[in-house]
Amino acid sequence: MSYWALSLTLIFVLIPLVLSKTLNLGLGRDMTVATVRSIIQLLAVGYVLKFVFDSESLIYILLMVALMIVAATHNAQKKGAAIQGITWKIAITLIFVEVLTQGILIGFNITPATAQYIIPISGMVIGNSMVLSILFLNRFTAEVEDHQDQTELILALGGTPKQAIHRQLINSIKASMIPTIESQKTVGLVQLPGMMSGQIIAGADPIQAVQFQLLIMFLLLTTAAVTSVFLGYLSYPTLFNKRMQLLKG
Amino acid sequence: MSTQYKPAIHFQHVDYRIGDIEILNDITGSFPQGRITTLVGPSGAGKSTLLKLCNGLISPANGEIFIKDKAIGEYDPVELRRMVGMALQSAPMISGTVYENLNLPLELQGQQLSKEEALELLEDVGLKSDLLERKVKELSGGQRQKVSIARTLVNKPEILLMDEITSSLDRASKLEVEELISKINRKYNTTIIWITHNLQQALEIGDYTWVMMDGQVVETGESSLLEDPHNSRVNEFVKGVVS
Repeated sequence: MSYWALSLTLIFVLIPLVLSKTLNLGLGRDMTVATVRSIIQLLAVGYVLKFVFDSESLIYILLMVALMIVAATHNAQKKGAAIQGITWKIAITLIFVEVLTQGILIGFNITPATAQYIIPISGMVIGNSMVLSILFLNRFTAEVEDHQDQTELILALGGTPKQAIHRQLINSIKASMIPTIESQKTVGLVQLPGMMSGQIIAGADPIQAVQFQLLIMFLLLTTAAVTSVFLGYLSYPTLFNKRMQLLKG
Repeated sequence: MSTQYKPAIHFQHVDYRIGDIEILNDITGSFPQGRITTLVGPSGAGKSTLLKLCNGLISPANGEIFIKDKAIGEYDPVELRRMVGMALQSAPMISGTVYENLNLPLELQGQQLSKEEALELLEDVGLKSDLLERKVKELSGGQRQKVSIARTLVNKPEILLMDEITSSLDRASKLEVEELISKINRKYNTTIIWITHNLQQALEIGDYTWVMMDGQVVETGESSLLEDPHNSRVNEFVKGVVS
């Protein structure tokens, strides 16, 4: 794409800006900030990626992944403020998911252990894990609050904290996984995934693009399941104290 | 409070607060073993909080609670809550059938309640056997309350805490539940602590009464104290001035 063509893509920013102004939506400032940030962030990441790819250094790859985890943790932890130590719990979850998925990909020789594969796939895994963490925490805190009487009922009948929170935990895990499962059901029918579309536009063989997209989708299914289950089981004990009492935020 | 009975529960200078708000202040006293003690007092006096302290759902900020002469902190919480049962006014249910709710206390211990035992429990609380497989969402408020009481009895608690369990029942059901609780008390020597807003009920079924106001116990004694309170605030409350 030429720079002229790239600059013309700003038309797609202009249209919502005009709509916002006309309809008094008050979103003009946010959209402008978002546009400027995305240009700066993506250009910066482009140059960083070029540097990392050229250097072929494991240290730089690890630094990139660590940066992604820090940024994702910072973003997701706001949604779980009611849960003690949530920042570390999210960070441990993201690290676990990253190590598990890259371990399988590289261990089984599915993808090569190079920056070109590790960084983009890590970005998708960590990004999805972050969104899953937010979805899970949103639902879990609401479930705990809404069903406090049931939690206390089970505790009062001599149940353990795990038994008392079991239903809320399972409901939250299921609810946070539903968007991933549903989007996989309609993929190819309703939408062509971004990565696959990008590869096709860049001139790749559509069949090869589909193969990689399948890999990513299956990967994201594991990411969704492991993130919500791992984060759930790390989070629920902090809602109770040693006397098996429900702590109220 | 009478000293002729061993205390089932003893409070010693117990305070409880949420943040800076004091809910209970310097509670000292005993609930006699094998007797029915009613807790009465205006809304917000701290009665429900006191019940939750008795089965360890919450812990005091200061002071000590003894259950059968042993500090509450020395009990395993699960063991304590099976020994000190609790039925709540809201009668919370898990979704499912009446049987699933009755089975819950045993399910939590990896056991199962037999259908015969479940039917016996229903009969005890005055419910018909055909309700056993009924979904709890189809029950009336009174039926839910009775199922909640029956479920609490599954653990065969030595001490039974009840928070306004008859407030949503009609007169006939209320009398049935009162008779049931009296029967449990007599048959198993179960210690009963019963929060009620109904002073007539406190007089009729309670052996002893604690009158609570503003997080404090202001008068205790045999239930007949409600007929002639010594404390002027209690006197006003009994006459309906304080509600």
